[in-house]
Amino acid sequence: MINTLIGDIGHLSVIIAFVAAIVSSYAYFMASRSSADANSLNSWRRFARGAFYVHGAAVIVVIFALFNIIYEHRYEYYYAWSHSSNHLPVHYMISCFWEGQEGSFLLWIFWHVVLGVVLMNSGKKNKEWEAPVMAMFSFVQLFLTSMILGIVIGDMKIGSSPFILMRDFMSDAPVFAMDPNFKPEDGTGLNPLLQNIWMVIHPPTLFLGFAATLVPFAFAMAGLWKNKFGEWVRPALPWAHFAALSLGVGTMMGAYWAYETLNFGGYWNWDPVENAVYIPWLVLVGAIHTMLIFRRSKQGLRISYILVIASFILILYATFLTRSGILGNASVHSFTDLGLSGQLFTYLTAFTVLAVALLIYKWKHIPTTEKELTTYTGEFWVFIGAAVLCLAGFQVLTTTSIPVYNSFLGFIGIDSNAALPADQIEHYTKFQLWAGVLIAVLTGIGQLMWWRKTDKKSFADAITMPLMLTLLFASLVIILSNNFDVFDFKLDNPVYIILFVTSLFAVFANLSIILSLLHKKVSLSGGAVAHIGIALMLLGILFSSGYSNIISGNTSGMLYSREFPDEINRDNVLLWRNATTDMDKYKVTYHGQFIEVAGVPEYVNKEILFRTADEYTAIARADIKVNDKIYFKTSDTLELPSPENTYYEVEYKNRETGETFILYPRAQVNPNMGLLASPDIKSFANKDLYTHVSSVPDPNEEKEWSQLQEHTVAMGDTIILNDYVAIFNGVEVIKEVPGVPLKEGDVAVQADMKVMGEKKTYHAHPLLIFKDGMAGYYPEIIEDLGLRITFLNIDPAKQEFKIGVNTTQKDYIILKAMEKPFVNILWIGTIIMSIGFVMAIVRRNEDGGRKPAKTKPAKKAEAAQVA
Amino acid sequence: MKKSHIIGIVIIAAAIMIIMSTAGDASTYVDFGQAKELAEDGSKSKVHVVGRLKKDAKGHIVGMQYDPLVDPNYFSFMLVDTNRVEQKVVYFNPKPQDFERSEQVVITGNMQNDVFVADKILLKCPSKYVETEVKPNTTTAGL
Repeated sequence: MINTLIGDIGHLSVIIAFVAAIVSSYAYFMASRSSADANSLNSWRRFARGAFYVHGAAVIVVIFALFNIIYEHRYEYYYAWSHSSNHLPVHYMISCFWEGQEGSFLLWIFWHVVLGVVLMNSGKKNKEWEAPVMAMFSFVQLFLTSMILGIVIGDMKIGSSPFILMRDFMSDAPVFAMDPNFKPEDGTGLNPLLQNIWMVIHPPTLFLGFAATLVPFAFAMAGLWKNKFGEWVRPALPWAHFAALSLGVGTMMGAYWAYETLNFGGYWNWDPVENAVYIPWLVLVGAIHTMLIFRRSKQGLRISYILVIASFILILYATFLTRSGILGNASVHSFTDLGLSGQLFTYLTAFTVLAVALLIYKWKHIPTTEKELTTYTGEFWVFIGAAVLCLAGFQVLTTTSIPVYNSFLGFIGIDSNAALPADQIEHYTKFQLWAGVLIAVLTGIGQLMWWRKTDKKSFADAITMPLMLTLLFASLVIILSNNFDVFDFKLDNPVYIILFVTSLFAVFANLSIILSLLHKKVSLSGGAVAHIGIALMLLGILFSSGYSNIISGNTSGMLYSREFPDEINRDNVLLWRNATTDMDKYKVTYHGQFIEVAGVPEYVNKEILFRTADEYTAIARADIKVNDKIYFKTSDTLELPSPENTYYEVEYKNRETGETFILYPRAQVNPNMGLLASPDIKSFANKDLYTHVSSVPDPNEEKEWSQLQEHTVAMGDTIILNDYVAIFNGVEVIKEVPGVPLKEGDVAVQADMKVMGEKKTYHAHPLLIFKDGMAGYYPEIIEDLGLRITFLNIDPAKQEFKIGVNTTQKDYIILKAMEKPFVNILWIGTIIMSIGFVMAIVRRNEDGGRKPAKTKPAKKAEAAQVA
Repeated sequence: MKKSHIIGIVIIAAAIMIIMSTAGDASTYVDFGQAKELAEDGSKSKVHVVGRLKKDAKGHIVGMQYDPLVDPNYFSFMLVDTNRVEQKVVYFNPKPQDFERSEQVVITGNMQNDVFVADKILLKCPSKYVETEVKPNTTTAGL
């Protein structure tokens, strides 16, 4: 039976949320006026608060309704049908929630509500800011809720509702003409690549970052609006840090997900989706730096305005890029165009025009200082650093927007066929690497300048130690790597050496800052910690990407075509099942296809499972044991939590050390997306070994078996099957057959055969069942040998047995493997950077609450540092 | 001249350099005819070609060659560009797994010795994220 109530509740709540956002933004606007008397302002503010709470409550109801639809498998709703399925575990239902665009908008809206409530209640310190800041918040919510409104006025569709019913979405489908109450039994399921723990936590983190970017923007706008040109920086700073932290961590979570789930062989692909978040992050970090300059020396206010506004506009631009379908052929992601392009463009334009117009209108009133920048001040170098960050962002933006130029030129009637650079990695690296070098140098110099008394002499003192350590350590590493083969690579590329040395310098310089702050006030060292994190990330990227090494080169010597013998890298190797192949310093063996079984700690070989009609259950054909502990006995029914996943067991044995380990690269059969391969990664202290299958025999394609060859054998006979020696031991009558109920009068006979393979001996037990007067054959397949043995007949008089044998291609996989040196440094750097950001947030938050300490002479020294 | 002006000029110069370089690195969407002309002119620059796979009446792909047992790193197929020009394309990698179900293909590479050597294949499967068909009583509906 169709449940339309829950959808109606959801849809109604969206409309309430939309209307409440309009009311709240109007009321907060009224409360922000400066002309009215205090009483009137207060009552407007109370009213606005009420409206925002109504808005928040409605949003919660919408989320509850949508989650209920997914959780209760209400497939009469398109959202549940297209994003979920019966077998999906609850924790992935959360991912379903934001797999669709509507759900991710909802997530974004939800974070704005949370942040809005926090801002409304964050005590006295933000009281004068509440009305104008929340007016911006509500105004943004108005646009966002309109995206999921799902209302049609005339020919115009406003928003795409997540509560649309299947029968309305597919009104042409014949099923609904026959039976309007038809409800599909199962959904089409969540994209299997998203069934991953990182996809449960990455989108909320990223959207929290998106949402948090609004806070400094709203404060900046409020500052312009209420003519409090400099005061907004203090309360906005901790929020700007928080936004940069969430965006940064969210992006890196996405990168880690890509690393361990996708198979392009890395964590960063310069895909527009990734770039779209990277750009605002760079600009936002730049904005934080100019805001810090302003807090310290009242310089750089105008540029702070520009960067804060730009970071928010770039978030909107990112949304527009990734959701409007404008990227078209430029991205591997297939974007669903919900027909919201117009609405998204309106959203983007409205805020761009509003912000830019307000900024220009008030530009002359923004205070500036006449102070000239001098080279021996921290401010100067921090400012240069911000400029480098913004230029790096600008470079990525210029290239990522190429499809937008095409669309725009097409719109005004000019035909353009520009495409993204063919070698994107080379193109981006050319700039980003040097930006990294500059950033590394500037974090070192800037931090030393910022914290030390700034004259030539004391700066020289401060920089000597880090510089010496850098040169010492760098030369040591370079000599060790080039002359003594300590690492898997030689650090001999001059450009990489420059990045290496500068990043090391950044680490040591910032370490020296932390050391000097230790006996003063450690809580001030957040910046230094974050900068060490960044420097470590640069080092991790340098080694893992710069010296990424494919070790699965084709060594068979067989080449299909010799047209281009030299230039082409042949990066994939074919592994026959159970045949050991040499690969780099390993001996590699592919052992077979394994699958996940509930309750068993390791993957189980598919060969000992008897699959049933229900793909989620199987019957054990042998005892399932791991390390001599038996988990299931023969004939037990097993639960398969993810039957679509096949794990290919690949054993690596180091030829020199004899060390052995096993990897299980995964591939999934998906009806909509074909075969999806995910890597398995072996982490060493100094590198990751990254392995994925790049091709396997198509599991959906029926195997081609040779013609049946019949053999008549007696007990104890030895025969040759497909070049393998086989012994026919005998037959036995068995009482139970897994999966086949036997009645009285039915007979099941099992043959017992031994086949000597190259490596080991296989036991084959083909079955012959006489049931209801019919013969049933249950052949045994030995995948390793490519053999299928069928028990055909019994001749009781002669004591002879007839067996049939088919042969096929042996099982194989095509494998790609690469080494990523020191990729761990990247993840460690990310964590350290996050810690630094958290320290800075805590410190800036305390700072934001405190009245300026300038009046107290005793605190003067500290105030100068804090400011 | 003030220092801040010098910095401003340097930043603007860097921005201009970035734009110029992007324009230089940007590739183009062409058809096979143009790709051939470029190669004959001695250009080694990589281009993008948008095309469709050649299929027979039953919807099977024609002219596809991939035999991993001989060479797992050699895959070739026929692509028909927007001007209905057919061209053999070689890709020195394993065959992308969902190749058969893709409708539109974007390849990046250049013409070498009468074949188009692709170093990137981008598949556009219309059914990838949007299901447009629902059948009664099926467990997995979709295209």
